[in-house]
Amino acid sequence: MKVELEAEKCVASGQCVLAAMDVFDQDDDGIAILLDEQPAAEHLDGVREAVAICPAAAIRLVDQ
Amino acid sequence: MRHIVVVGASAAGLAAAETLRRQGHDGTLTLVGDEPLAPYDRPPLSKQVLAAEWEPDRLALRTAGDLAGLDLDLRLGVAATGMRLADGAVELADGSTLPYDGLIVATGVRPRRVSGEGGHVLRTLDDAVRLRERLTPGRRLVVVGAGFLGAEAAAVAWRLGCEVTLLEPAPVPLAHAVGTEVGQVLTRAHLERGVNLRCGATVAEVTGDGVRLADGELVEADEVLVAVGSRPNTDWLEGSGLTVGDGVVCDEYCRAARDVYAAGDVARWYNPLFGQSMRIEHRTNAAEQGMAAARNLLNPDARKPFAPVPYFWSDQYDMKIQAYGYLRGHGEVAVVEGDLNERRFVAAYRTGDRLAGALAVGMPPKVIRQWRQAIASGANWREAVGAGEVQIS
Repeated sequence: MKVELEAEKCVASGQCVLAAMDVFDQDDDGIAILLDEQPAAEHLDGVREAVAICPAAAIRLVDQ
Repeated sequence: MRHIVVVGASAAGLAAAETLRRQGHDGTLTLVGDEPLAPYDRPPLSKQVLAAEWEPDRLALRTAGDLAGLDLDLRLGVAATGMRLADGAVELADGSTLPYDGLIVATGVRPRRVSGEGGHVLRTLDDAVRLRERLTPGRRLVVVGAGFLGAEAAAVAWRLGCEVTLLEPAPVPLAHAVGTEVGQVLTRAHLERGVNLRCGATVAEVTGDGVRLADGELVEADEVLVAVGSRPNTDWLEGSGLTVGDGVVCDEYCRAARDVYAAGDVARWYNPLFGQSMRIEHRTNAAEQGMAAARNLLNPDARKPFAPVPYFWSDQYDMKIQAYGYLRGHGEVAVVEGDLNERRFVAAYRTGDRLAGALAVGMPPKVIRQWRQAIASGANWREAVGAGEVQIS
């Protein structure tokens, strides 16, 4: 599974970091940063949570 | 459960539908929406869409492929008109009846209006597109209500070259939500740019020429935007057997009745983290509560209380305002980081003896996150705020 982040849509809420801090971080302006494009299986639930709660719908988890 | 019906196809309804599938519901899943559009995002309506920076297709919350993958019985462009708890059925405007084994109510809110004809509101994509076509340079826009929505729209219209007047009945905009001093600081951003802010202005009606105030004065306008809050869409639940009182009344599990849950702007539930009933009209709550309601509906024996720290943000000019927690009804505000007058600060809010909320402007995410964490842990006010704060009210 691969994570896609559309940073241009990001509203800097930081919800993704709360859901999956091993996969997402924020820059100084709060914009999300993708730390790990292909996270290990144990992080996928957190990523799915981030996809669902991102208030900008800026994150997708896609099959490869 | 064989058949689950989700009424409301915006952020909360979509999150509920996705969670139901992810949690293993393989029966029929009906998603009902009164708008003809696939689920789309609303916060950009008063920001990028109004500013004509984004085309409407960017608002889609999911791709067509992702939606198809949910295998939904999708009923768009048809409103729910009734519900009967005793029969376990929802009635739709097209005359059809949907029997359900489980139901999630996520019908959101609609804008409050004022008397008269011709004013704009800003809730749907249609509303936003209609207004943005009129916001050409030099046009006079009067915004009724200087809450977050009105303030965002005013900021966009100013940037588009409109002559903007903000009318607010209270002495200080947003004071009831964020406190007088923070409200004043946020308001200054409008005044510095030449937006005409008039506080203590009560609107009697929208007319063909603008807005008539309660004292009889006519405030002339080419366009009027009415942004005076919203009311929950619960009319269709009248006589349903559900308890309605400023929203669908739920317990801490978002449960309104057996096998019936509510989520998003329409849901009034008991948030155990704050020990009170609340109804939250924030984008992030819609998704979180949709997920929580879906989980609890499918797993009643392992249900979990929904105890979030509410979060919202607002973009106005160069300011990003972010707030965590429950600020309403606070008893005290203190600036705990930065400087209020530089518009780079964190303000903390006390309710009872607890840290109930924090509002930040222009602060780095790590600082804001610490305050969120303190709110989530139910921190005591004195311990959280310490001795270094500047008390402002």
